[in-house]
Amino acid sequence: MRRSARLPVFFVAAGGFAALFLAGLRGLPPFQQYRGPYGYVLNAISVPQRGITDVVSAVNFDFRGFDTLGEEYILFTSVIGVVALLRRLAGETRPAQEQTAPGRPEVETSDATRVFTLTLVGMVTLFGLYIVSHGQISPGGGFQGGTILATSPLMVYLAGDFESFRRIASTRLVEPAEALGAAGYAFIGLAAMALGFAFLYNFIPQVGPGTVISGGTVALIDATVGLEVAAGFVLLLTTFLEEFLSGRGSR
Amino acid sequence: MLFMQGLILTMVAGAGAAVVFTRDPLKQALAISLYGILLSLLFFLLQAPDVSLSQIVVGAVALPLMILLAIVKVRKDAEERRRKEATERGR
Repeated sequence: MRRSARLPVFFVAAGGFAALFLAGLRGLPPFQQYRGPYGYVLNAISVPQRGITDVVSAVNFDFRGFDTLGEEYILFTSVIGVVALLRRLAGETRPAQEQTAPGRPEVETSDATRVFTLTLVGMVTLFGLYIVSHGQISPGGGFQGGTILATSPLMVYLAGDFESFRRIASTRLVEPAEALGAAGYAFIGLAAMALGFAFLYNFIPQVGPGTVISGGTVALIDATVGLEVAAGFVLLLTTFLEEFLSGRGSR
Repeated sequence: MLFMQGLILTMVAGAGAAVVFTRDPLKQALAISLYGILLSLLFFLLQAPDVSLSQIVVGAVALPLMILLAIVKVRKDAEERRRKEATERGR
């Protein structure tokens, strides 16, 4: 189709879309006006029934725990997909990779970068563990904390300490962690069934709000999700970085 | 509060447009990182700190990093193909 013919078609389509979009927007509730009853119900029952002050965690890992199991396995499946696509087949040889992008000189990691990133490793790990373990008290939880935990091996990589990064993120360590995290969630659900409750029923006796062990199974599920997400992201990183790392020596 | 939300919404719209109109993939990866940080600020101001926390790491670090790694890989492959073609023509 010629450009002169394409333009009118675009304007007709854009006009139709704009009209429908504006009509749809008119039906929305006003900004910051919440209508549905579910939010109020959850706000009212989350603390007295579950001892969880972060209602988002209560919803994600308890009231609709089964949906979140599916969501977690979306990440699990996509990580497996990337690993399967980029895996090295038996007998497959790759040409020796250059260490830098074409046309760029290889740059030594500066001392300032090394000191700064290596100092951050401990803090980031601690912060990630804090976010994972306090999901039932304050914003955060397994997914958020897991992604934060996954950035600490990345700090080691950025510091230019490739040998240590390879040891921390070796797939022999990360792959079982990933599998254990993913299986842990399902096993907590099955444990409830073994005790005669529904799948993922919160069967652990409630401790009052505000402690690391309050929330019953929610704290446990947060830990497994944190493990799965952290291991999944690290596995993605190592899979992508493996080719660049293979020829790179330590310092 | 409403003023802050309006301001950050405008910045998100601007950064989103900037990502679309940046043509160089390398610069685009940096633009999308800035866009991710602005989005996490928006989520925070709309009182969704849980979403904001994951948005910071995924949107501002993980996604741009994956894009950068993919760019390096694609450019290397293109370079190799060009070199191979050049040697075949030379023969």
